[in-house]
Amino acid sequence: MDVTEHNVSPTAAAGVEPRPVVVVDDLHVKYRVFISGKAIKRAAQQRIAARGRGIRTVHALRGVSFVARENESIGVIGPNGSGKSTLMRALTGLTPPAAGAVYASTRPNLLGVGAALIPDLSGDRNITLGCLALGLTRKEVEEVRDEIIDYSTLRRAIDLPMRTYSSGMQAKLKFAIATVREHEILIVDEALAVGDKAFRRRSEARIREIRDNAGTVFLVSHSMTSIRDTCSRTLWLQDGLLVMDGPTDEVVAAYEESTPEEERPRRRGR
Amino acid sequence: MSLPELAAASGLHRVGARPPLRQYLVEAWRRKDFIFTMAKFRLRAGLERSRLGVVWLVLQPALNALIYGLIFGILQGDKRPPDYAAHVVIGVFLFQFFAGSFTQGARSITGNQALVQSLAFPRLTLPVAEVIEQFMSLLPSLGLLVVILPVMGHWPTWHWLLMIPLLVLFTLFNTGIALIAARLTVHLRDLTQLLPFISRILFYTSGVLFDVNRIFDQAPWAVVLYDFHPLYQVLQMARDAMMGGHDYNHLYWLYFSIWAVVTLVFGLLFFWVAEERYGRD
Repeated sequence: MDVTEHNVSPTAAAGVEPRPVVVVDDLHVKYRVFISGKAIKRAAQQRIAARGRGIRTVHALRGVSFVARENESIGVIGPNGSGKSTLMRALTGLTPPAAGAVYASTRPNLLGVGAALIPDLSGDRNITLGCLALGLTRKEVEEVRDEIIDYSTLRRAIDLPMRTYSSGMQAKLKFAIATVREHEILIVDEALAVGDKAFRRRSEARIREIRDNAGTVFLVSHSMTSIRDTCSRTLWLQDGLLVMDGPTDEVVAAYEESTPEEERPRRRGR
Repeated sequence: MSLPELAAASGLHRVGARPPLRQYLVEAWRRKDFIFTMAKFRLRAGLERSRLGVVWLVLQPALNALIYGLIFGILQGDKRPPDYAAHVVIGVFLFQFFAGSFTQGARSITGNQALVQSLAFPRLTLPVAEVIEQFMSLLPSLGLLVVILPVMGHWPTWHWLLMIPLLVLFTLFNTGIALIAARLTVHLRDLTQLLPFISRILFYTSGVLFDVNRIFDQAPWAVVLYDFHPLYQVLQMARDAMMGGHDYNHLYWLYFSIWAVVTLVFGLLFFWVAEERYGRD
């Protein structure tokens, strides 16, 4: 497969700087968590815990800056706990920064409608609920309902309660609902890891389609194949710092170089 | 050019900033379909797996009224309010609307953490949806009232229509309470553990099961105090509307209207101010 085929967007190739849509300026995010058990004793000994209950501050992002432009699809890679998901949540404004700021042309959307759905209800009703949660009107929901059902390939199961679906089927439905709206800035966090091969292909195609319609896509994944196939640019996060930011081929190569073979995630595309 | 300058030059806005109140309310209003659908679907999902389904919406408050009515009927002896059965049924049913709005509203942000952290919409929709859900589950028990009050000797009169403005005010009041409680539990999780007790205490002190004039006949100051108790006002107004013959201060309508509006406005402001805070941890 020719990797570069989708990777360079026309404007970037022409050498014109496209309009910035997301600017992340020296972003810091901290979480405060209660600690318990052995950790609290250790903390008390080291006088980390302030008072009674041990509260530890986790510095999840420690100064990340970058600019994302129109028509870019940006991969985000890094080991578990490196701050990828935190960065994505901060982009959507759902996790407020401790310092620094995120600026965007419109509010970035996380591809995550799952939490709005109710497992005891049928897929069909969940389509209604999910679309309304995304901000569609009643009328718009009826217009896109068929499209969602077709895209999710769940027509036969659509009247069954969602709890009876397999995790792959649920993921398909959620992806189909979440991408029905036209997103200017879309964040996909590990959503493509589930679902069968055919569905993965189609969801990757959908992401490219969004990007080509002047959208900007962030894709968080441990699958280097997905990243290579869909992203022109990649950010490598490690311990809350941006280690590298550049063309996917270079960043992925450097990342794979640094990660010992056995520690690398097994879940690889093909 | 620094990054904030670049952002400003490209017309970008800071993400997650709290919108001005007007715009916030407009955005929340735009989500009205979402609010109603979520309330309806949640109510349905909660009942779908039980065999009796919707019947529980009537059965559960009825059993509540029966048990509390029995116990407190025996305990109170001859201090029982006149027309005790109707007194208790109206009290228990209406109080459940308040208690549900209060406890479920309080959990509407903390209990929907995943939703709050994955989708951006005015958080106001969550507590409001809980109140709507509670209102929907009140309707069947109101239907039951319409059936059993004549059995207890209270035939429908035009006064029953007063229940409509009363329920409107009561819903506004409960929405305000739900908004305040929703934000408070975000700051102080421990409140979630206290909610059942607070709601219990209010249940026992709001005149749901007793007649204030008879219980406090030795302490007139307490009776005066009850004149300003919003929940007691609601219950007395409802009893007068549906049973008649309840001697109550007609200024209650004014008092409770003030309670409802002030609680709602304060709740809205109080909840909106912390909008950026929800979903933080």
